[in-house]
Amino acid sequence: MKLTTTLVVSSAMALATGFANAADMADEMTIVSWGGAYTDSQQNAYHTPYSEMTGVDIINDASSNEAVAKLRAMNEAGNVTWDVVDVVAADAMRLCDEGLALEIDFDTQLAAAPDGTSATDDFGDLLVSDCFIPQIVYSTTFGYRTDMVGDTPPTDICAVFDLETYPGKRSLEKRPINNMEWALLCDGVAKADVYDVLETPEGQERALAKLDTIKDSVIWWSAGADTPQLLADEEVIMGSTYNGRLFSLIEEQNQPVAMLWDAQVYDLDGWIIPAGLSPEREARALDYIMFATDTQRLADQAKYISYGPARASSAPLVGKHAELGIDMAPHMPTDPNNAKNTFLYNYEFWADYRDDIDAKFQAWLAK
Amino acid sequence: MSDTTNSGPVLAADGTPLKRSLARALRTQKLRALALVAPLLIFVLITFLAPIADMLFRSVENDIVRKTLPKTVAALSTWDPNSGELPDEAVYAALADDLKVAVAEKDHTKLGSRLNYELTGASSLFRKSGRKVKKWDLETDGPFKEKFIELHEGWGELPIWQTIKIYSPKYTSGYFLNAVDLKKGLDGIESRPENEQIYWLLFKRTMFMSMVITISCIMLGYPVAWILANLPMRTSNLLMILVLLPFWTSLLVRTSAWKVMLQQQGVINDTLVWLGLVGDADRLTMINNQFGTIVAMTHILLPFMILPMYSVMQTIPETYLRAAKSLGATNWTAFWRVYFPQSVPGIGAGSILVFILSIGYYITPEIVGGNTGTFISNRIAFHISSSLNWGLGAALGAILLLVVLLLYWAYDQIVGIDNVKLGG
Repeated sequence: MKLTTTLVVSSAMALATGFANAADMADEMTIVSWGGAYTDSQQNAYHTPYSEMTGVDIINDASSNEAVAKLRAMNEAGNVTWDVVDVVAADAMRLCDEGLALEIDFDTQLAAAPDGTSATDDFGDLLVSDCFIPQIVYSTTFGYRTDMVGDTPPTDICAVFDLETYPGKRSLEKRPINNMEWALLCDGVAKADVYDVLETPEGQERALAKLDTIKDSVIWWSAGADTPQLLADEEVIMGSTYNGRLFSLIEEQNQPVAMLWDAQVYDLDGWIIPAGLSPEREARALDYIMFATDTQRLADQAKYISYGPARASSAPLVGKHAELGIDMAPHMPTDPNNAKNTFLYNYEFWADYRDDIDAKFQAWLAK
Repeated sequence: MSDTTNSGPVLAADGTPLKRSLARALRTQKLRALALVAPLLIFVLITFLAPIADMLFRSVENDIVRKTLPKTVAALSTWDPNSGELPDEAVYAALADDLKVAVAEKDHTKLGSRLNYELTGASSLFRKSGRKVKKWDLETDGPFKEKFIELHEGWGELPIWQTIKIYSPKYTSGYFLNAVDLKKGLDGIESRPENEQIYWLLFKRTMFMSMVITISCIMLGYPVAWILANLPMRTSNLLMILVLLPFWTSLLVRTSAWKVMLQQQGVINDTLVWLGLVGDADRLTMINNQFGTIVAMTHILLPFMILPMYSVMQTIPETYLRAAKSLGATNWTAFWRVYFPQSVPGIGAGSILVFILSIGYYITPEIVGGNTGTFISNRIAFHISSSLNWGLGAALGAILLLVVLLLYWAYDQIVGIDNVKLGG
């Protein structure tokens, strides 16, 4: 009994200090993320402190948008070269389903909050998959040009479908997810019923019919940088994108653009560890994850980019932007003022309906 | 007389028949030649042919159902999917048995994703069932039919069983059928619902737009190639750099440049508005549609047309044209009857290059294509990298490959492939 306790305590200490059993861990790791400002924020908040603490070399790879396909190919080839991968929650679910990601025991493999709250409780509902460690909450929302909307700036998501009050082009993502939900909301479906309606073929037709009313005025984007560019060029009057992109457009580039915080869709981004790593690399990856997803580190990332930390305990620690010196809290999608009317993305629904609705959406789009 | 003396085989100096000796010498030569090309041959085999073969194989391979649910598939063999009745308890028991194994291997969710391409909802059906079945005891927890239906209503409905039955063989034509807007039904092949039909449209569009791009390249490239071929060497070299310069610029940069040029607040529209040719309110839409894709791709592929044309035209002696004119031909006749036929091999080579490059083009249509200017390759990319439906992606790719081979064959029949020249 005593021996077991000693073992547990010592291994816990070893894990906590990181370098005690460093001999059993790889001293180099490849972390895959989205590149750009996002990877920079992770470099500052996670990678650099971790490297300083452990002496591990961290290599950044900006392949997250193709992570699912590449991980599958690597797995088939039996040569996984990535150690930790940053993906959105839907992709994480897919990877978990395909057996390409490691299942995580959240309470033992992640740090507890400073006040002792277990990781499971601290992340709460955001633990949407057994393989996925949430990192940030982002939202897909609309930005509009303040100089093109006249005296009545839009406050309602349905402004997107209102061509009379807000004539001009708008940009939407070239996929059904989010657009179908917004279309139904603006077609009079109550927020709670959206997915029930969208389950039925009639509901899908209804959403597409609503989108059809603005089809000629839409520019479809596939890269997150498209909408900010289109807004800056005055090509569109409003457009959807990730809130962090709009933040940098508004605060860093000082464009006459404002955020439309209504029915923005919450989504999660976080880490997975690929399945099939060698024990040393897996141990290193787990050690990194333990460090990078603790309360302080998640709050630190918010200094560099306007995405909300996924832990409840991190929210009070969010401070000012590292360079601009402005308070970051009001720019977070999780801020109470911004989160008055939000929409929670239904992962289970889209995992089931993605193939079917995507086929219909693309067929509608191509016509 | 001479017949009798010469009837034996001709002998070489060492006494072996000359024929055999020659064959041996040739064989050594051939082997040496083969050894010389071997590095390239092996490289091509490993990096090019093997992946293509593997991709073609994926478009029919469907082992996952049989491998994950072997007992269920066997038990289902006696069930009639058209009967309108659910399978019997034996099948459900077999399913419980199979799922138990699959969950331990984490294969059930893979199967769920696979079947979800055919039946919406299969993904969560298997994911949820896996979690529960894990805790079942196969010996004591039966009968399983009620248990499964209680677990998820999907198991009490016909579609999932029909889908498992239809997709139980090791090989399937399902992906190929899907790629041409058909599907496997209970009574054979049926058409997909109209609001899901997209691939046939995209194939037609890809062919049509590639054709238009090829023709635009010929129209624009021919005069340029002619000028290049007929100017003094020093000037033509200088102009050649102008042709090659965009060729050396990044594809993304050139595509994005077209965005800046063509968009509604772009250079061309601004100029037209400034000139008063169009009103500020009705600026032209020239991008995010077919027009934008054709313009950008014509520009990007133009060098592939000009270069082979140029090298063929360079070899046509100027004297032919002069001779034709001195014999009384007009400028047009001299060009059309004498010059043009000799330049056809260059057009052929350029057209094949441009056409084949453009039907497989992906990045430019993705950026400037909007919704009416996208190609089939954009859907292939989607299925490979996003939906992970590699079987369907492979089937679409295989069809595209087949179309190219068919067109190549047609070209050979009409123009003749010997008539294609990349130079000299």
